[in-house]
Amino acid sequence: MTALWLAIGFWLAAWGVNVWLSGSRFGRTGPGRALVPILFGVTVLVLWEGLVRGLGIAGVILPAPSVIATRIAGSLPTLWQDFVQTILKGAIPGFLIGSGAAFLTAIAIDRSPFLQRGLLPIGNFVAALPIVGLAPILVMWFGFDWQSKAAVVVVMVFFPMLVNIVAGLQACDRMQRDLMSTWGASYLQSLVKLRLPAAMPFIFNGLKIASTLALIGAIVAEFFGSPIYGMGFRISTEVGRLGLDMVWATIAVAALAGSVFYGLITLIERWVTFWHPSQRH
Amino acid sequence: MNRVLPVLTVLAGIVVIWYAAAIWMNSTWVFDQANRAGTTVSWAEVIPQTMAQDRPLLPPPHQVGAELWKGLFGQAITSKRSLVYHGYVTFKGTMMGFGLGILAGVLLAMAIVRFRVMDMSVMPWAIISQTIPIVALAPMIITLSSQMGLSGRDLPKAVIAAYLSFFPVLVSMVKGLRAPDQMQLDLLKTYGASEMATFLKLRLPASMPYFFASLKVAVAASLVGTIVGELPTGAIEGLGARMLIGSQFGEPLIMWAALFAAAILAGLLILVVGFVERLARKRMGVPA
Repeated sequence: MTALWLAIGFWLAAWGVNVWLSGSRFGRTGPGRALVPILFGVTVLVLWEGLVRGLGIAGVILPAPSVIATRIAGSLPTLWQDFVQTILKGAIPGFLIGSGAAFLTAIAIDRSPFLQRGLLPIGNFVAALPIVGLAPILVMWFGFDWQSKAAVVVVMVFFPMLVNIVAGLQACDRMQRDLMSTWGASYLQSLVKLRLPAAMPFIFNGLKIASTLALIGAIVAEFFGSPIYGMGFRISTEVGRLGLDMVWATIAVAALAGSVFYGLITLIERWVTFWHPSQRH
Repeated sequence: MNRVLPVLTVLAGIVVIWYAAAIWMNSTWVFDQANRAGTTVSWAEVIPQTMAQDRPLLPPPHQVGAELWKGLFGQAITSKRSLVYHGYVTFKGTMMGFGLGILAGVLLAMAIVRFRVMDMSVMPWAIISQTIPIVALAPMIITLSSQMGLSGRDLPKAVIAAYLSFFPVLVSMVKGLRAPDQMQLDLLKTYGASEMATFLKLRLPASMPYFFASLKVAVAASLVGTIVGELPTGAIEGLGARMLIGSQFGEPLIMWAALFAAAILAGLLILVVGFVERLARKRMGVPA
């Protein structure tokens, strides 16, 4: 029980510190802004550990963070193999091919307002559909290895990207386009120098949505058949034999991979669209 | 007419490509059969055979349509083979998750707008939570709830759906509750309005357009969550389960029919939410 009380004590103390930090002048500086959420995250972990230990919750229901951490440290090779299979071979190639195909399609239909008016409503609708459902079909077509996972990701990523890129290509206003034509700019020049840069905020918005979808697609596709490694495979088999610490370890890796992936896109966005109002601080 | 024609053209193009792909993909099987029988087949003989296989690699549209029709209207809607029944199970899960997600999103947004400490500590984690592939959690949430003595799959499904759908609501509500500008807030202060009154009479009404805009995204996310929640561990009811059954028994037609049933359900949900949005906007006096 002491563990539980200690954890609750830590929670109250951290809460107090956070309330003070967010009100103080230090909380408005850079490190202060980072410290508050970190403290919150640590508190959640401590509380979790305290609850599991204090109340004696069985490991098959909820393993403590320390147990999960030991498990991660103990099975790094397995986790790395799963990571390579699911993220590096499944999610990332699918993400690149899908967004690349969406980009080429958007450019191809750029000169035809007729096709755009036809594709946009359909693209918007398909983007809202549960495309994950295609996973079993694509696994049937492309086999159990990473190719089918990449294919699922391609299909999931394509439509949200297409909608965002087409919207982005229309983002610059009439005046700017007229200016380009008074300079005698060709279609290609005005595309590369004006319309693509103007589309970048939209494209990055699409890429961010697509990055989460890519991970979802790659993991779900493994539920329908995979070689004997991969994150989705690991999760579904370990749940079956109640190895919940391994499941949580895989989830931790997935969470880390997802956040890093998202963070990378945000960094590139900051570098590419430095001129956009949302990036000025 | 100006808006319908392009959409119809593109749809017709998709159907044509679909038929071409079906002929191409299913022809392998026909050629294999002919090879085994020691005969040769011409394309004129192949094409009809690609259109009516029992287990085609890619069923052509009319086969999917027939299977969908059979699933929707072929039997009593309470039958276990009826897609209406399975669609209803999925719909129920979606609505529970949608409701939970809205509740969680709105409450969290209220706390975040009211307390600076909540904004600083919870908001970054809410964003990070969406980069975590929730589907990784799905099988675990299901086993977990069964071990805690909750039989039935409604709750775990709803939790997964809620997790996916709370985020758009949260983000839009935070934006919406902060939409009133300083001038309006100052005005209410000069009236001596309490914090509660400011919230009820200014912030909440100002947030409504944002709220309804987020609902469409949230309901679609909730449907995806429900279907994913039905996929992994041996569910027997719901559209996701139908897809799984089709996959495990090698019945592509069942899979495709379930997929299109899910698409129809998604379309209906988005239409209804859009209708409610228009109704609410009209009621609040926003010009359409």
